[in-house]
Amino acid sequence: MARMVTTRHKVISTVAAWLVGFLIFFPILWMVLASFKTELEAFAIPPSFLFFHWTTENYVTVQERSDYLHHALNSIIIAGGSTLIAMLIAIPAAWSMAFSPTKRTKDVLLWMLSTKMMPPVGVLVPIYLIYRNLGLLDTRTGLVFILCLGNLPIVIWMLFTYFKEIPKDILEAARMDGATIGRELIYVLTPMAVPGLASTLLLNLILAWNEAFWTLNLSTLEAAPLTVFIASYSSPEGLFWAKLSAASTLAIAPILVLGWFSQRQLVRGLTFGAVK
Amino acid sequence: MGQITLQGVQKSFGPVHIIKGADLDIADGSFVVFVGPSGCGKTTLLRLIAGLEDVTGGAILIDGRNVVDVPPAKRGLSMVFQSYALYPHMSVRGNIAFGLKMAGVARDEISRKVEAAAATLNLTPYLDRKPRELSGGQRQRVAIGRAIVREPKAFLFDEPLSNLDAALRVQMRLEVTRLQKQLGTTAIYVTHDQVEAMTMADKIVVLNAGKIEQYGSPLELYEKPNNLFVAGFIGSPKMNFITGEPAHQHGAMTIGVRPEHLKVERDGQGGWHGTVSVAEHLGSDTFLYVDAGPQGMLTARYVGELGLSPGDKVSLIPESARIHRFDDGGKAIRA
Repeated sequence: MARMVTTRHKVISTVAAWLVGFLIFFPILWMVLASFKTELEAFAIPPSFLFFHWTTENYVTVQERSDYLHHALNSIIIAGGSTLIAMLIAIPAAWSMAFSPTKRTKDVLLWMLSTKMMPPVGVLVPIYLIYRNLGLLDTRTGLVFILCLGNLPIVIWMLFTYFKEIPKDILEAARMDGATIGRELIYVLTPMAVPGLASTLLLNLILAWNEAFWTLNLSTLEAAPLTVFIASYSSPEGLFWAKLSAASTLAIAPILVLGWFSQRQLVRGLTFGAVK
Repeated sequence: MGQITLQGVQKSFGPVHIIKGADLDIADGSFVVFVGPSGCGKTTLLRLIAGLEDVTGGAILIDGRNVVDVPPAKRGLSMVFQSYALYPHMSVRGNIAFGLKMAGVARDEISRKVEAAAATLNLTPYLDRKPRELSGGQRQRVAIGRAIVREPKAFLFDEPLSNLDAALRVQMRLEVTRLQKQLGTTAIYVTHDQVEAMTMADKIVVLNAGKIEQYGSPLELYEKPNNLFVAGFIGSPKMNFITGEPAHQHGAMTIGVRPEHLKVERDGQGGWHGTVSVAEHLGSDTFLYVDAGPQGMLTARYVGELGLSPGDKVSLIPESARIHRFDDGGKAIRA
């Protein structure tokens, strides 16, 4: 009896999980499908699900109208650059706060987090003006800088929690074993921190890749990443659903692939400490 | 060589004085146990010797050299932690070899020494495993292997057995003692378990509230405790303390009698009379908790079985030569 209940329970929860998963995935699937439709079919009512005239013309048009590779390269540089710089600043910062905290460490951490509570639009005008005066508008440098600053609090917090998880005893054992600070870093700490570092890096990369507010407002063409590329298909002349979908599919493809291959690492990183 | 001397060692964290001036002489090759209740400063004292904490005052001499400004790695000591503190990403071999690698020892010499240490500790079959694939006792042995392979001047043990279950603890206790005798290396061992202290130590340091209460061999501490604290801390079950009239008769504020030094007689004459409130029958021994009126609750140990049960009347006769006397400051009065 108990066995039957368990089996039924298992079936129900499996079906439910697939349903929820499909529900979450559906918009992306719909977008990909729409990208292969003609503009007319894309907003036809009732919508056609699979039986429509498949075409790749949207991708051709998108590539003709705008330079995908240019924007993709910008995205890579901006997301990659801001992530790398954020990590370089955050590792020592999180390090010192985790291993030699002072009375103010908690306050500093909270203060950093509090900057994320402020709506970015609140500082858009001053930042825009500063960027204009410094000549940073529509430059990759400018975007790398703002995204790096924007994500830094999250990166530091994540790394701080990972470093906190590393038992102090092990570091002391390494010190007793004669390791200098440098060797302690190379042989003991880094290998232990790698899962944490990797998932922080991945998450930050995804956040920076998807960031739309600052990239849309501070760039037009030269430095414009894929977010701007997508937005350009929602124009005053009208909404071109099929082309917008094609552009979006192209924009999310790289990050989707990256996420797919690193999902184990990501999940492990995000549940680090909670599940041992 | 591994002679360690503490001279007026003090440690404060801000306004809190953890160690209030410790003086100690640890002879080369001896096994010294720091014992005391939690929060007494025993671990802090060990960490000061290790160099993991800086002293606030005083000197620590290792083989006559003051090491207070010497970093932990240069003191020539090795430490075994309560949590084992193994490097999780390294194999057993890597863990044991790490210290030698840091010291720049040649590769073939490292592997020779690691193999030897592993053989001593029965770890040879596990050399290529990761710590997470080992049991608690094996992990502890790896931690000990890591300590011995460096041939230090002294071993520092920080409650190394408290994470093990009772049976394994007894076995490891023996192994550690045997190993230390075999190597002849000075060892300082911190524990809160007075049985560990009594069984392992050449000499015991009893610490209380940051002060060394007494330093001596286990039997010295048992037979001649300096004060009430040591008298109550060493020995199990605890020494009985009696104040008031019965103590005054012996010219003391407090007298102490160990449970094993009370002669138990059923309905006997003389001594102190009382009623058994609880009797614990262990087969080999019987522990009696006796309500003895003016003497208060007394614990008595009877070797063997006397067939007593709660409510029975007994008389307890203290061995007069084994009565400890203490003055109003709690210090022992030696006749």
